[in-house]
Amino acid sequence: MITRSKVFVPRDTTACSLGADKVAAALQRHFRVNDIAVDVVRNGSRGLYWLEPLIEIETDKGRQAFGPVYPHDLEEFIGARCWEGNTDFSKHLGLTEEIPFLQKQTRVTFARVGVIDPLSISEYKQHAGFAGLEKALAMSSQDIVSELKQSGLRGRGGAAFPAGIKWQTVLDSESAQKYIVCNADEGDSGTYSDRMLMESDPFCLIEGMLIAGLAVNADQGFIYLRDEYPLAHNVLTEALVRAREGNYLGNNIQGSDKSFDIEIRLGAGAYICGEETSMLESLEGKRGEVRPKPPLPAVKGLFGKPTVINNVISLASVPTIINQGAACYESYGVNSSRGTLPFQLSGNIKQTGLVELPFGASLRDLLYDFGEGSRSGKPLRAVQVGGPLGAYLPESQWNTPLDYEAFSAIGAMLGHGGIVAFDESVDMREQARFSMEFCALESCGKCTPCRIGSVRGVEVIDRIKNGENTDENKELLKELCATMVAGSLCAMGGLTPYPVLSALEHFAEDFEQGK
Amino acid sequence: MSGSREEVVAAIVSKFKETPGPLLVVLHAVQNELGFIPPEIVPVIAAGLNLSRAEVHGVISFYHFFRSAPAGRHTIQICRAESCQAMGSRELEKHARQSLGIEFHQTTADGQITLEPVYCLGNCACSPAIRVGDAIHAHVDSDSFDSIVADLQTEAVEVKS
Ligand SMILES: Cc1cc2nc3c(=O)[nH]c(=O)nc-3n(C[C@H](O)[C@H](O)[C@H](O)COP(=O)(O)O)c2cc1C
Ligand code: SF4
Ligand code: FES
Repeated sequence: MITRSKVFVPRDTTACSLGADKVAAALQRHFRVNDIAVDVVRNGSRGLYWLEPLIEIETDKGRQAFGPVYPHDLEEFIGARCWEGNTDFSKHLGLTEEIPFLQKQTRVTFARVGVIDPLSISEYKQHAGFAGLEKALAMSSQDIVSELKQSGLRGRGGAAFPAGIKWQTVLDSESAQKYIVCNADEGDSGTYSDRMLMESDPFCLIEGMLIAGLAVNADQGFIYLRDEYPLAHNVLTEALVRAREGNYLGNNIQGSDKSFDIEIRLGAGAYICGEETSMLESLEGKRGEVRPKPPLPAVKGLFGKPTVINNVISLASVPTIINQGAACYESYGVNSSRGTLPFQLSGNIKQTGLVELPFGASLRDLLYDFGEGSRSGKPLRAVQVGGPLGAYLPESQWNTPLDYEAFSAIGAMLGHGGIVAFDESVDMREQARFSMEFCALESCGKCTPCRIGSVRGVEVIDRIKNGENTDENKELLKELCATMVAGSLCAMGGLTPYPVLSALEHFAEDFEQGK
Repeated sequence: MSGSREEVVAAIVSKFKETPGPLLVVLHAVQNELGFIPPEIVPVIAAGLNLSRAEVHGVISFYHFFRSAPAGRHTIQICRAESCQAMGSRELEKHARQSLGIEFHQTTADGQITLEPVYCLGNCACSPAIRVGDAIHAHVDSDSFDSIVADLQTEAVEVKS
């Protein structure tokens, strides 16, 4: 059999936003018109986003990378006939695996991401795909749950609750009907790891949900996907079709007596629907108003039935944990933060992208070793970690180790791993104002401190801006924040004060009169 | 789909009637088909799903994505969230409003473009980001915004002729 050469051109939202579709189409046309026996494979993205569109060529030494290859660079790429193994092209980056940004990472959950064709079950299986499922099918429910507990995996959606304990509660709840809900709302600004995983390795999420179903005896899963992710929707939809064709979904999965299926439900642009109980309401077709807890969703969740709700990355971590064993996963990380976290470098950073690392590195390592500082060339000044509800950190806090407890000790949170950097041109009063504005826009409206407090917060910050009784208004802002923290039912109203107060505390000069 | 709005909506409702918790699914399908959710079809949805009109209306108004009036030929969503702010989305937003002469949630007088805010498109590695239809654009500044708009307008002319 003659193996045809392959050119890999990512099909990923960010790669496409930089022209990857155009590049792929132009290459396909060139190969067809000139009768050149080369296949254009649409892989996912490696997450080295400042180098996208990143084209790869398979060689006997490994994959050679070229990037960023914009449509206008193709003439040179084609002229050099790079697909024959030639590397005489100004955008040549060397072997992909040796690009320091990638080489320094520990890709566990993202091991296949950017490597395989996301929609090929056979490639998925060649790269250890469905090996976890195979083991899980031979295990008891309790053994799967115990393995997960031992791994130390904590929820990657933000709240970092131990996944195994949640699964145990659902397993122990008596009910003929249980559900697995995947939280793919990824509303946090500065984050895109869920999107990447779904676009670049969708079977990994499907496998994780399947194993969750086996672990708690649930036969129906839902993926609540935000409407802002059209490509992820497209890829997941196709992956579900292929998984059904391959008998990885449906009845008697792989010859077992187990059944499981998954339905995608689209969100409708409400940030609060990422909160788990609001999501359940939304899945039931209602307004996304937060439910009081208890009852926990694990006991009384979707349509009143015991429900596992986990983030995309939590679920996508499961196949590896089951396949390689809890001890292997648990060997990564520090203290009670075990395993790896895919950090996402965003905002004003030179080398943006996905960095999967064991817990314990410092923010500074990420900003400078990986990110190489600001994109603008100006000094970095503030970094928001963990989405719109996360604190703004000044340089003096950038040595904090990236682990859950170390971050909560400084009043911050790792959340979903988003890191948004701002250079010195940032106006922190405006950032604080935006936090309040966002809370006012997205509040579900159930509690007054959140619904009204956030609107008041915007007004108070505007008065500070206008130099009206600055000191009194700063005090008022602090009191307002304290009321929101104390009187909010969920973390929307309860955490919005963190970015606001951190801005006020660490960047006080931006709130001064006349600024 | 052909037929009157009511017929279109009735067909969607009967298709999803047996789906558990169907309302959002139905609203998505209606908006997909009609471009918006006309207030006069709310009773059709409510009756078909055994809900009150107030319930249906309450859900439509809760979610930013659902619209009760038609949008322009193209909808441009500008990301207003933090990563994009760090790369200049505040200026971009201002430029977009000025150059199109409209505020968010409004449509240009010629019916071509509706401007909407969005809070993160997952394209934060290449901020500022905007979305037009299903296409997402990276590193958008005033100049590239203008050329994206110009392309949309020539497209519209081509379609017409
Ligand atoms: C306002 C708010 C927004 C949230 N948004 C998300 C989200 O977009 N994605 C997510 O996975 N979790 C989100 N969460 C956390 C969920 O409530 C929940 O903890 C999570 O889905 C549980 O899954 P995990 O344990 O695997 O993280 C949000 C929480 C709050 C309070
Ligand atoms: S804190 Fe805000 S978002 Fe959360 S339940 Fe209360 S009103 Fe709703
Ligand atoms: S913050 Fe704008 S795309 Fe994420």
